[in-house]
Amino acid sequence: MIFEYLLQIFLLIGLVILAYLAIKFKDLIACAISLGIFSFILSLEFYILQAPDVAIAEAGIGAGLTTAIFIIAIHGTSRWEVEE
Amino acid sequence: MIDIWFLTAFILLLWMILSIIRAVAGPTAPDRVVALDTINTLVVAIMIILSVAYSQIIFVDVAIVYALLSFVATLYIAKYLEGGI
Amino acid sequence: MWTQYLIWIFLGIGLTFNGLGAIGLLRFPDVYTRLHAATKATTFGSIFTSLAVVTFAFTQLYLNGKMANLQLGLHTIVAIASLLLTNPVGAHAIARAAHRSGVKPEKAVVDKLAEVKK
Repeated sequence: MIFEYLLQIFLLIGLVILAYLAIKFKDLIACAISLGIFSFILSLEFYILQAPDVAIAEAGIGAGLTTAIFIIAIHGTSRWEVEE
Repeated sequence: MIDIWFLTAFILLLWMILSIIRAVAGPTAPDRVVALDTINTLVVAIMIILSVAYSQIIFVDVAIVYALLSFVATLYIAKYLEGGI
Repeated sequence: MWTQYLIWIFLGIGLTFNGLGAIGLLRFPDVYTRLHAATKATTFGSIFTSLAVVTFAFTQLYLNGKMANLQLGLHTIVAIASLLLTNPVGAHAIARAAHRSGVKPEKAVVDKLAEVKK
């Protein structure tokens, strides 16, 4: 099962890259989209680790609701991150 | 016959990484939303393939719930970019 | 059985079209052409990789007659239906949002939608 290990390695590399980019972007919409993709890949990782109930919870809460709440919060404040 | 499913899932993961490059480098916000939508579809395809590879029937239901719920995020971001929430 | 070759053909078609969608998303010049490549080609490819799963499930049902394989096939058909229901609606919403947020097509000469809205 070489491809299963390769699958997990690539997924974890993608998780690290997206978590770094969510901090680095100045456009907060891009940060919210980056965290959305982070949630999708984390859900796929739970799926590969044989935990489908956690994957359903992560897909519903992390991917759907959290992105919507972030968008509502950005709509209430400003879109661009301000340099101090 | 089992190993071909893992091979298919791995190649689909490579296409997903190409989409992540566009989500990182996209100049405007709609580019990133397009990449998000593509990654949604590819993740649903990977989940359906892996449920056969692990021979667990209950895993397909995760893919159905995922396809119906990840739609909400795309619609919210599109509604914000359009102007009114 | 002969459906093994059918499964391979379906997986090949699905992987090819998903790859074309991803490469088109990476190479095309502006939002609308990227949306065109990514959404349509990826939906087509995902339907074909899922059809390979349906073919595998019904083949196993025919060979050993377990009812779990029937459940696998029917749930995969429901997943294909939900993909077909949600994916074009999302693409249409993205295209309308991109046009209203002021992103212009790259090499377009006329823009009829902007003329109609005035």
